[in-house]
Amino acid sequence: MIDFGFAIKQTRQENLDKVSLEKYHKLLDLTPSFKRCFQCGNCSATCSARQFTDFSIRRVHTSFRRGEYDGLAEELRKCMLCGKCTLVCPRGVNLRSLIMNMREILDEPQKSGKQ
Amino acid sequence: MANRYWNEYQKNIADDHYYYERSCIRQTFFPGSETAFLKMMQDELGKDIFDDFRLHTCTGIGYHTDVVPLETTMTVVARIFSLMKERGYENLVPSCITSFGVFTEMCHMWQEHPELLEQTRENLYKACKREFDMPKNIAHPSDLIFKYRFELAEKMKYRLVNRFTGKPLNVVEHIGCHYAKLFPDKGVGKAEFPYVLAGMIEAWGGHVVDYPERRHCCGFGFRQYLVQENRGYSVSNTKKKLESMEPYEPDFIVSNCPGCSMFLDRWQYTIAEMEHKTYDREGYGIPVLTYEEMAGLLLGYDPWELGLQIHQVQSERLLDKIGIPYDPKQKYNSASGKILRAPEKPENLLV
Ligand code: SF4
Ligand code: SF4
Repeated sequence: MIDFGFAIKQTRQENLDKVSLEKYHKLLDLTPSFKRCFQCGNCSATCSARQFTDFSIRRVHTSFRRGEYDGLAEELRKCMLCGKCTLVCPRGVNLRSLIMNMREILDEPQKSGKQ
Repeated sequence: MANRYWNEYQKNIADDHYYYERSCIRQTFFPGSETAFLKMMQDELGKDIFDDFRLHTCTGIGYHTDVVPLETTMTVVARIFSLMKERGYENLVPSCITSFGVFTEMCHMWQEHPELLEQTRENLYKACKREFDMPKNIAHPSDLIFKYRFELAEKMKYRLVNRFTGKPLNVVEHIGCHYAKLFPDKGVGKAEFPYVLAGMIEAWGGHVVDYPERRHCCGFGFRQYLVQENRGYSVSNTKKKLESMEPYEPDFIVSNCPGCSMFLDRWQYTIAEMEHKTYDREGYGIPVLTYEEMAGLLLGYDPWELGLQIHQVQSERLLDKIGIPYDPKQKYNSASGKILRAPEKPENLLV
């Protein structure tokens, strides 16, 4: 290939024609409070795991919501399930339930998670 | 009621006596467009339009890339206006969208800040003993063709219709950001309902494709292109538009801006080389025309005189669809009949 001295950047645009939101809808069935999330980031700000790693729970659940699942199962292993995020969430999202259900859906897509 | 609101989206375009300012880059990229425009205005419509050989740069590209200071741009623009005054014209018609944006912006600044106008008068006088007036009307050539689109339609030999299927051609229109996004009230349809090109397409039988990224920038963006390392931003924006229009299977793209026509065309080659991707079914790419080329073709002007062979994506398949005759042997002959060497063929974009 010719070396043009620059590269084409991949878009971060959400293209709903190209992604499947099946897993996200399943997650909403299992943890309906997630519908109320308005992406404030309080969960990430308070997260204990965040103090020591680059883990961001908000980034994880935002990617899940966009249908971008690559690498999320591994990311979620950094969570210690301490529940601080659930305490601070101003919208009452049950984050521990959300995290458990995301793990289950990502690890075993056929098995349903628990509330 | 609908008409009352639509009136707010119209623009005041002078009826006659225009002073034409050629573009620095358009004469290289689209060598037949400006001559075709003058022919349409003078021969087809009988208008008075003056093509002044003394004109010079508006500094637009240097201004938008921060290498020419504002005071210099104002003085150079003032010199152009002084040449217009000397020739006795008041209605300016700049061929380039960048110049159109620069002239409109300078006039706006002078109206809002009279002290800048005084300073510019002084600078111009000190530099070259000249005096100037602001134009009464600034219209882009696409405004004029839009204004007289029905008169031109009566003279046209062809329509934007696929002669094999009898259906209107699918046309993507793209207006330059500096046409209607800097000063929306200076563009027909403003920035929300760009109608200057759409009006031509509809009047001449085509179908305007309304696709999601229709109002997105073409990607040129001056510094995004001029610094080599930044060109990824430019090509990525163009790719976004091409991907968005692809499902509508456009027969061609038409634009009123030199940068847009250039990059929507040339980046198709770059994307084909980098990603082996073309945006039509057969691998030839989507032809990109200027509005003068589109009008000229329908009026029956020779495609090679219009300069279509200079484009990256070649237009023979489009000409066949409309039914416009052309002589393949003349394609790479110069105006004086000299046989020029045909360009090399790219690997991944068919020609
Ligand atoms: S439960 Fe997990 S995500 Fe929530 S604060 Fe604790 S470590 Fe962070
Ligand atoms: S704290 Fe609650 S509302 Fe805010 S981003 Fe986290 S889950 Fe969403």
